[in-house]
Amino acid sequence: MAYFIIRRIFWAVFLFLVATIISYIIFFIIPADPAEIAAGPHATAQIVAHIRKSLHLDLPFYQQYWLFLWNMIRHQSLGYSYRNGTSVRFIIGQDAPVTASLVFGGAFFWLILSIPVGILSALRPRSILDRLSMVFVLVGISTPVVWIGLIFAYVFGYKLGWTPIATYCNFFPSHQTGVCSGPINWAYHLILPWMTFMLIFSALYVRLIRASVMETMSEDYVRTARAKGASGARVLFKHVLRNSMLPVVTILGMDLGLALGGAVFTETVFNLNGLGQALVGAATQDDLPVVVGIVVFATISVIVFNFIVDVTYAWLDPRIRLTT
Amino acid sequence: MALLEVTDLSTRFRTDDGVVKAVSGVTFAVDRGKTLGIVGESGSGKSVTFLTVMGLVDPRHADVTGSVRFDGAEILGASTSRLRNIRGARIGMIFQDPMTSLNPVKRIGWQLEEAVLLHNDVTRAEARRRAIEILEEVEIPRADSRVEDYPHQFSGGMRQRVMIAMALINQPEVLIADEPTTALDVTTQAQILRLMKQLQDEHGTAIVMITHDLGVIAELADDVAVMYGGRIVEEAKVNDLFAKPEMPYTWGLLGSLPRVNATAERLEQIPGQPPSLLRPPPGCAFNPRCAYAFDRCREELPELLPVPGKTEHHFRCHLDDAERDRLWAAKQAALAEAEGSAA
Repeated sequence: MAYFIIRRIFWAVFLFLVATIISYIIFFIIPADPAEIAAGPHATAQIVAHIRKSLHLDLPFYQQYWLFLWNMIRHQSLGYSYRNGTSVRFIIGQDAPVTASLVFGGAFFWLILSIPVGILSALRPRSILDRLSMVFVLVGISTPVVWIGLIFAYVFGYKLGWTPIATYCNFFPSHQTGVCSGPINWAYHLILPWMTFMLIFSALYVRLIRASVMETMSEDYVRTARAKGASGARVLFKHVLRNSMLPVVTILGMDLGLALGGAVFTETVFNLNGLGQALVGAATQDDLPVVVGIVVFATISVIVFNFIVDVTYAWLDPRIRLTT
Repeated sequence: MALLEVTDLSTRFRTDDGVVKAVSGVTFAVDRGKTLGIVGESGSGKSVTFLTVMGLVDPRHADVTGSVRFDGAEILGASTSRLRNIRGARIGMIFQDPMTSLNPVKRIGWQLEEAVLLHNDVTRAEARRRAIEILEEVEIPRADSRVEDYPHQFSGGMRQRVMIAMALINQPEVLIADEPTTALDVTTQAQILRLMKQLQDEHGTAIVMITHDLGVIAELADDVAVMYGGRIVEEAKVNDLFAKPEMPYTWGLLGSLPRVNATAERLEQIPGQPPSLLRPPPGCAFNPRCAYAFDRCREELPELLPVPGKTEHHFRCHLDDAERDRLWAAKQAALAEAEGSAA
């Protein structure tokens, strides 16, 4: 167990260094001067030079990178936005809940839909349901997220007026008047983004679960269970499901980790101020500290979810349970 | 009346390429306390025959005709719930590969208890007690603690013992063993066979031993049926079959057995491939590989007829009696010469 954790930590540190160094290198290749942006359009050359020095932009890139690491370790600081001086930690603290609400809520809905549909398609291959779900899979996989989001917003939000079209409301109730908040408003405003997520991801997951259940159904131990006299339902619930969920857990962990780094398209369509929007905004404005900060956050969430996957795996499958 | 009587059983699978005639008109019977050996190559239809008997072929893909009478009652096409009450309770089944036949994510004890609880109205504690008892019977050491283990913590031979325990835990009247020793090493094979024999003697179980290993048949079986291309091509008491087989395919099977005291450098082999059950050759299914085939063999399926003077030995072959006797005598002579020169 100790060996496992030590290996995990080394791997996490390595992943973290690679991800941040790559972000830094990309920024030094892009021909732009963040100091000019920070100084504003009417600044004199003197002011720009002054700002460049105070932001340490005059240092070579490895020294800047070293400063970034030092500040993070020594002061738990991810730096400040070049553009408006806001603390990057503050930006992430503000935007991460939006993205997390979107991703976890969406994951809930896509699993609720894809697990039963995937299992039923696997049990009755070539049935009407299976064929319909395959059409659905094809549509879901080949349609761009933005298009689905816009169509949803247009039909359900604008034409039918059932749901709000955009913006995010805080989950926790606020005492200020006129501020949209509370769990009900939170969910109400997220319905369309969640449905968009559900459509896109459940297409992939239906296919994945269908394939996995079908494969498990043809395993020898399933035949053994039937030869013991177990009923079809018992075979499915006691013998097939747990075994067929292993690949699903792996993919789910990867998807959740990645999506937490920002669901750019969905956030943009529904004007949710999550990490995806923040990342795109910062990248187009050469705001290096914000970009790197979000990369750090995404890396950590990928690492955390990988760890959760490993633990879940060990719980599901005794063959990979760790020896202590 | 035999305990398990199968009459004119046929199984056909509908596939995208056409109809696969996996089993065609198979008839046999097994008595209490006896062992029937079923021999044949891979793809000869021996496993499918017994999956059909157990009602384990998928009716969406398979057409089944014929009759399966178990303890006097027809069970072919019986309701799922009736079949479930027979499967695992009165007919147990052991499969070929012990490495994949146990659920990898469930404890051994759980899997054995499941077999008990599916057919008996007992508490889990009682099921656990029976699980430990049967594991001790199949000679698993420290059975009371090993029930907590998972399949991957057992060796192949141990897993096959667990499979046997699971098939026998409800004391079935028939045990169908589908190549139970094929995946095991030779010493383990012998142990498993001895164990099955011992359990048969104690409980009077009828055993159907499906195998391609004639050594296993010689050791365990009372009767033997040779399958080829989905049909029984020869059946006899085990001693009669080994003493004088009548069908060229059976000759080939016996000739492929290695002998310690023969000098022949190469084992005799049957040339060619087993027939396609999708497009079987016309006439006798063995004719493309048979050294003695003539025109009639390619046109007309030989019937399963008794050997003259014997009621329990049947075979399918167009060769006349004198010709078969002559060919078999020649084969024996060649063999004796090889053994003689070795000695």
